[in-house]
Amino acid sequence: MPRHARKPPLFRGGRIWVMSALHADRRLSAWLLAPGFGWLLIFLVVPCILVLVYSFVERGAYGGIDWLFTWENYQRAFDPLYLGILLKSAKIAGLATLFAVLIGYPAAYAIARAPRRHQAVFLFLVMLPFWSNYLIRTYAWIVLLNREGLINRMLQLFGYSGEPISLLYTEASVVLGLVYNYIPFVILAIFSSLSRINNELWDASKDLGASGWMTFRRIILPLSVPGVAAGAVFVFVLSIGNFITADLLGGKQVQMVGNLIYSQFLTARDWPFGAALSFFLIAIMLILLFVQALVARRAEGGRA
Amino acid sequence: MRKLKGLMCLGLSVSLAIASQAASAKDMVISIWDGYMAPDALDKFKAASGVDIDKALHATNEEIMGKLMASGGEGYDVVFVSSPFAEVLHKQGLLADIDPVKVPNLKNLYPEATQLEYDPGNHFSVPYTWGTTGICYRSDKVTPAPTSWNELLNPSDALKGKVTMLATDRWMLGAAFLAKGWSVNDNDASHVAAVRDQLIATKKRILAFDDTTFYSKLASGESLMAHAWDGWCNYGTQANAAIKFVVPKEGSDLWVDTMVVLKSSKHQEEAFKFLNFMLAKENHVWVAENILYKIPNQAAMAGLSADLLKQYPNLTIAPSELLKMEQLRDLGGTTQKAYTRAVTEIMAAQN
Amino acid sequence: MSQSRSVSGTVLSTHLGLVYAFLYVPILVLILLSFNKSGLPTAWGGVSLKWYVALAHNSAILSAALNTLIVALSATFIACVLGTFLALGIELRRKGNDKGQVVDTLLMAPMIIPDIVLAIALLSFFNLLKVGLGLHSIIISHAVFNIAFVCAVVRTRLKHFDYSILEASIDLGASWATTFRRVLLPAIFPGVLAGGLLSFTLSVDEFIIAFFNSGSGQASTTLPMQIYAMIRFGVTPEINALATLVMLVSITALLASQRLNKAPRTHE
Repeated sequence: MPRHARKPPLFRGGRIWVMSALHADRRLSAWLLAPGFGWLLIFLVVPCILVLVYSFVERGAYGGIDWLFTWENYQRAFDPLYLGILLKSAKIAGLATLFAVLIGYPAAYAIARAPRRHQAVFLFLVMLPFWSNYLIRTYAWIVLLNREGLINRMLQLFGYSGEPISLLYTEASVVLGLVYNYIPFVILAIFSSLSRINNELWDASKDLGASGWMTFRRIILPLSVPGVAAGAVFVFVLSIGNFITADLLGGKQVQMVGNLIYSQFLTARDWPFGAALSFFLIAIMLILLFVQALVARRAEGGRA
Repeated sequence: MRKLKGLMCLGLSVSLAIASQAASAKDMVISIWDGYMAPDALDKFKAASGVDIDKALHATNEEIMGKLMASGGEGYDVVFVSSPFAEVLHKQGLLADIDPVKVPNLKNLYPEATQLEYDPGNHFSVPYTWGTTGICYRSDKVTPAPTSWNELLNPSDALKGKVTMLATDRWMLGAAFLAKGWSVNDNDASHVAAVRDQLIATKKRILAFDDTTFYSKLASGESLMAHAWDGWCNYGTQANAAIKFVVPKEGSDLWVDTMVVLKSSKHQEEAFKFLNFMLAKENHVWVAENILYKIPNQAAMAGLSADLLKQYPNLTIAPSELLKMEQLRDLGGTTQKAYTRAVTEIMAAQN
Repeated sequence: MSQSRSVSGTVLSTHLGLVYAFLYVPILVLILLSFNKSGLPTAWGGVSLKWYVALAHNSAILSAALNTLIVALSATFIACVLGTFLALGIELRRKGNDKGQVVDTLLMAPMIIPDIVLAIALLSFFNLLKVGLGLHSIIISHAVFNIAFVCAVVRTRLKHFDYSILEASIDLGASWATTFRRVLLPAIFPGVLAGGLLSFTLSVDEFIIAFFNSGSGQASTTLPMQIYAMIRFGVTPEINALATLVMLVSITALLASQRLNKAPRTHE
């Protein structure tokens, strides 16, 4: 029998796991993991531990650090003001995520169904606008949305004669800006998992008598859940920490967590408190992500 | 596998090599706001003194402060910051003392500019520009001309949604402090609370908080009145001659942008030469003529053309007038934290 | 059957078209403004190339653009390599049980950390170790979050992956390296490409980490830093001109590569 004899597939919870000897080869996976983990350990974990330490000490008189232990920063973090901002940010980020996924999924699907040789082109064209620079794209939106802006002028062209609509400086404009800037990430993530689904799967399902919608719902959709989950996480995470969009498109009237943390680190020069707020946010996000990971795994179950 | 690893390492080292090649070969590093000095100033300085300067940019005081504090001032020789921040850097021991012998052009400054409260005698900072804050408005659409901060803070129905205010904490809160007859450096908690409540009410009636594009909003008519620094209002006047500037009757603040030398600098001699160069009449006057800011340089201001002064009247505000205004000072930790919290509350309040 | 296929196909294509329209409308505004003589976004002053001319003379912007390219390409390269290996390693260790959630979550950590925290953390770290700052410190910092993104994207491709084809390849006598290069890589390539594109895009636009971890001076200024600094006095259309040129160059490169790749692949 060959060395790497194929083991019989295991059934676990209705799912087929094709185990291979590769899975058992722990040395291989250790080698693969080492460089990435190493990098993250040195350049992420250690610096963050440093900032975590900051969160337990006091702010110096002029903004530096006074190395005196205190719980005060975390106590202050539990203030309704900050929790309110967190909730509002979550709401805006959540809306942005919802719209981005709803709009992005069909687009990713369309690209995945396109001929292979065109897919790279479609993807590049999706990303291309985002190599222009975040700020000028946002300024371009301001040009479009403001009272003297192009959208209002178009409306007037079509006969609208009331007061120019205030499209800017609202939560809606912030959500729009976030959706716009992060939709490519959703498209890329969903495409990545959809592109595995080849035409044979479609045809086989049709041959077996399933309608297009059923094929989609029972086969394609569950297989694409990892991509959707990843894309949703990207948009949510990027949106919640964003402060430029809230500043420019929100007229600084929409305070998000990103602005809050910035103001603590830079304006108040209160690094300990900024660090405490940040780790508080990170802890909440980790819990949410954990829940999301659980849900995603269930959804992947492919139970008929 | 080995070949692949080799390729990886090669790629990695090549990219790092390219990157680290970007080591600065210049003599000195300064950090300044974009467009805040003449484009050819550094070339002229190099020609005059042989010192090659690398110019870094920062967008706000807060960012460069963050970087300086995290790195202990390493990597920079001269930095342009506003006066309260210069004060903080000094209190942290990060600034070098200015040697007046090495900067003889200090004599060009107005006497008032050598006795500023945050640094009397200019021991650790040299003032570069100064001015005040007020109301910038469309004189063709807003009559009569505004006279009080309250007209900005509680806009009339005609002006509702057509007013902008500055977003930076000191000025946003400052306007409200002044309207109530309090100090711009006020540290009384009940005053801060009152000001916060006023601004939360104000927020419902204004268009936006805007630090950078408010003058173009005035020029286009999107807004009719803006909380503005005097120099910035001049950009509006440049675009639309109907835009005028007024200092409200309750008074205003005196802000100063300064040049400081870092103690960690290994090129302090060159730094002083640079300060001296910038204070020279022919170099400093560029600022007034092009950025339309007032400069504390008596010799340079005397050389401004009458036409320029007529077009931008706030350039003629005399130093004695400026000194009557309250100077912005560093507030210390507790008050700064209180201000930041107040601003957070204002920004987070529902409209 | 094929009818319903083509109906849904049309709907999908229309949707994609609309999405592209949504993506490109502000870009068109941006391009138009680069030709606007008046320089103000609110007033059209006629067509003019003066901003392009000004750009050609603005060595600060051009060197910043080059720096951004160097940083983004290097960070993407590192992230693709390390991220893909990480994804492979994680997926190979999965045994179909549910404990994987913790790892899943932890791998998202670099993405969740607010960028200002990462910026200050890394600067403090570099300062502690007395490491000099420069473009290399920006590259290292960018690679940190890029690895997480690439890993996440590649993992979506690796789930439900049939590893037995790798085994088959080895049974047939191929070495690990060949198996990796000829069998695995092409299979996960769309994921790596997507992750790489994502990582490149993130780096090209990232400002705060770059600002804090750059050396001081023109040689380590990236384009986002340059542009952000310019907003104090309003963004001049030179940046619009640069953005237009970047897109022009990218599209040209894309079309050129499509021309060269005309021969269909023998295996899909």
